[in-house]
Amino acid sequence: MNNNIGVEVEETVRDLRQYFKTGKTRSVTWRKNQLKALLNLIHENEDAISKALYQDLGKHPVEAYRDEIGGVEKSAQNSLDCVEKWMAPKKSNIPLVFFPAKGELLPEPLGVVLIFSSWNFPIMMALDPIIGAISAGNVVVIKPSEQAPACSSFLANILPHYLDPNAIKVVEGGGDVCEQVFLQKWDKIFFTGSPRVASIVMSSAARNLTPVTLELGGKCPAIFDYPSDFKMAVKRIVGAKWGVCSGQACIAIDYLLVEEKYSSELIELLKKFMRKFYGDNMMESKALSRIINKHHFERLRNLLKDPLVAASIVHGGSVDETNLFIEPTILLDPPLDAEIMTEEIFGPLLPVITVNKIQESIEFINSRPKPLAIYAFTKDATFKKKIVSETSSGSVTFNDTLVQFLCDTLPFGGVGQSGFGRYHGKYSFDTFSHEKAVLHRHLCLEIEPRYPPWSKFKLEFLRLAYRLNYFGLVLHMVLHMLGLKRHN
Amino acid sequence: MASSKLNKKVFDLKEASTTVKDLRITFDSGKTRSYEWKVSQLKALLELTEKHEKEIVEALYSDLSKSEAESFIQEVGMLKNSCKTALKELKHWMAPEKVKTSITTFPSSAEIVSEPFGVVLVISAWNYPFLLSLDPVIGAIAAGNAVVLKPSEIAPATSSLLAKLLGEYMDNSSIRVVEGAVDETSALLQQKWDKIFYTGNGRVARIVMAAAAKHLTPVVLELGGKSPVVVDSNINLQVAARRIIAGKWGCNNGQACISPDYIITTKDYAPKLVDALKTELEQFYGKNPLESKDLSRIVNSNHFDRLIRLLDDDKVSGKIVHGGEKDKSKLRISPTVLLDVPRDSLIMSEEIFGPLLPIITVDKLDESFDVINSAPKPLAAYIFTNNNKLKEQFVKTVSAGGLVINDTTIHLAVHTLPFGGVGESGVGAYHGKFSFDAFSHKKAVLYRSFFGDASIRYPPYTSTKTRLMKALMGGGFLAIIRALFGKS
Repeated sequence: MNNNIGVEVEETVRDLRQYFKTGKTRSVTWRKNQLKALLNLIHENEDAISKALYQDLGKHPVEAYRDEIGGVEKSAQNSLDCVEKWMAPKKSNIPLVFFPAKGELLPEPLGVVLIFSSWNFPIMMALDPIIGAISAGNVVVIKPSEQAPACSSFLANILPHYLDPNAIKVVEGGGDVCEQVFLQKWDKIFFTGSPRVASIVMSSAARNLTPVTLELGGKCPAIFDYPSDFKMAVKRIVGAKWGVCSGQACIAIDYLLVEEKYSSELIELLKKFMRKFYGDNMMESKALSRIINKHHFERLRNLLKDPLVAASIVHGGSVDETNLFIEPTILLDPPLDAEIMTEEIFGPLLPVITVNKIQESIEFINSRPKPLAIYAFTKDATFKKKIVSETSSGSVTFNDTLVQFLCDTLPFGGVGQSGFGRYHGKYSFDTFSHEKAVLHRHLCLEIEPRYPPWSKFKLEFLRLAYRLNYFGLVLHMVLHMLGLKRHN
Repeated sequence: MASSKLNKKVFDLKEASTTVKDLRITFDSGKTRSYEWKVSQLKALLELTEKHEKEIVEALYSDLSKSEAESFIQEVGMLKNSCKTALKELKHWMAPEKVKTSITTFPSSAEIVSEPFGVVLVISAWNYPFLLSLDPVIGAIAAGNAVVLKPSEIAPATSSLLAKLLGEYMDNSSIRVVEGAVDETSALLQQKWDKIFYTGNGRVARIVMAAAAKHLTPVVLELGGKSPVVVDSNINLQVAARRIIAGKWGCNNGQACISPDYIITTKDYAPKLVDALKTELEQFYGKNPLESKDLSRIVNSNHFDRLIRLLDDDKVSGKIVHGGEKDKSKLRISPTVLLDVPRDSLIMSEEIFGPLLPIITVDKLDESFDVINSAPKPLAAYIFTNNNKLKEQFVKTVSAGGLVINDTTIHLAVHTLPFGGVGESGVGAYHGKFSFDAFSHKKAVLYRSFFGDASIRYPPYTSTKTRLMKALMGGGFLAIIRALFGKS
């Protein structure tokens, strides 16, 4: 069975490489046509996409639009508008000493790229990187997550109808398919997922020196200093934690940090907005996604099994195994060495950790692996500066959550355990391109002292040239020509 | 403790772990992030280079029999310039980059902040042991990291000198030199680094990347490849020949990652090219090049034997048209030119890294692009021509780290061009600001306020909210107005 899959994957890659060699994907017309086709795909299949997302994750259609469909549309449109500009060579200033010379940076596609997308935003995490790969002129294999099978199927069926089937191929499947995929040689791998699998992907990439971009996650903290608008901040936190795939997002708030004296007020307000958004009986709310599958459901349920953790629950905690639903849950000061505080939660459980002074948050965050995002609600300008300069994360967002994802001009990516590489906007184009340096010189003007046999004159000339001491150079040459400086 | 070799202690896993731990403590203290610290270290590097130029040149002579002129031009002079560029531009590089934000996140302001990765490892090569050790270190320091430098044991005099000088001049709490070979390098690679910068060959690069994968450490791999030179007719052949010779034998006797590896020219032009090369070679190195002081020797007997093996191949030995003399006791091989070696010979499949220059011929020069593209992507590719169409075709079709028209190797000295490979020739780039960027994490920072919170973000979701949201995400002003007035 593996043999068949292996052969299929090998053929797929071979066909793609051949197609790439024809140069068809490098023309701006081809790229724009693909991006236009992608926009058509989105416009004409919004319902089908929503359905697939509901099937896989119980996502509300508005959430589906806001977090996936709308995002892809925006990204495709932006790339369509900018791709020609991005493709243009960039002039480089060449120091005068190299005169006559002209320099430029020419972006070129890497070739055959492999994209692994995750299950939590199965449409967005597949199509957004594809947009980058296409804009940069590559051919693509997309391996959607098998844990979101309806979306995987949807992509496999719909993409060949809109995009150039010779250049963009979908390979579906689980571990056995991945094994075969790893045996191939790729020119770039773009991976969204967990650090554990990322390590396997990078090890495999090392065999062929394939460059990788790893978009991972981490425990994204939200620092809650007494901000100017307590209510609005809490609203945003609630919307961000549970309103986005029930907390199953790489940039979801993982835990909150707040000063002890504000914790009860905070928790009361959290509960208030949760009820407002999700109703009094949250288990019935249509606005909450469910947990992706039994494995993750069990994982999350187990986080709450620890008696000390269970004792810290101040809201929620109910689970519905049949429907894979977990109630939005707030915990107050669970033990810091419990799994809920050492592993990325990726679910609807929100620990609230209290500190004496909010400044302690910085040390708290720094003693843990670098997260993909840090959120801070504060009006203290000095504190803001401290957070930016003393912590490290993929990004920092003040007084809001998640919106940095929508900002095309900001690079989206991690650092340390949250990954490396970045994308969105032009960064997507760059991530799938090789920036080739080109230096143009002429055969007419020659600086003789470049060549051996070496002499003191030539060495001195070069010293002056290095210092960009143009006057000294001229003087040196003149004196030498006039025979006023003796060199051997 | 500046270098473990000083105490002749064994550098094992425990030592490696302690070293990293020490450096991490220093880094966490924030010491390396200040402008003042960076300037002091860069100035220290400049000072040690200027004050000890003689010793450096002597060490390079001991390791490689490199001539004083070459040592100055290609190592000392380049390094000094790199320091000076960093000192001059550092403030500008360190400044956050303000970015525009769109209506989607209005009102907001955003910037990209450069921050150091943390504790980085620089593994250097033997052919430019001074430059390739310290040039990346300049980038690491400029970006504010703590650094461990592992110079190549194949250039022991330079390695020793670096350990001594860096120990004397640099801040030992944040910059260390670890000398050694495979065991020491393995011990280092097992540690968790925040970035690894490796210069060397593809085989070891795979080991480095696989080790990095365990900790999700990003890497820069500066490798090599077979850098081709395409030579057209109707050119100033004398100048072209000189530049080819300067790039080949003038660069550590062909032992350089961007040395012209082989030439492609037309059958008709080949004899003229061979004659020009012969004439200029004699100009440069005299009638007895084995005795020339201006040529580096082969680094050691391993590489000497490797190169002789390339020549001894039956299919190749008969193709020597110039040179071919050798002296094993002095580790010298004279500049050797070969004509029309078989494409499947070893000399045409492996990177030569030595003073042998095969010329292969084609009927029409267009064919050369296919020849180049059918091989792994090299670090550099060169063309000598006055034909603009050919130049265009070359730039468009040939994929390499960098391209130079009408010259060779000189792009290494242009700090406004990124220097790095693609495919087999490597990942990442450096020089000038690219060095600073290679050792920095670019953190996205988004500042939002509470003004203008859009309730459309939150459930319960209504159709009006949906309409508004769609408009806000992609529609622009007009669409927003329309949505507000209830039209979709």
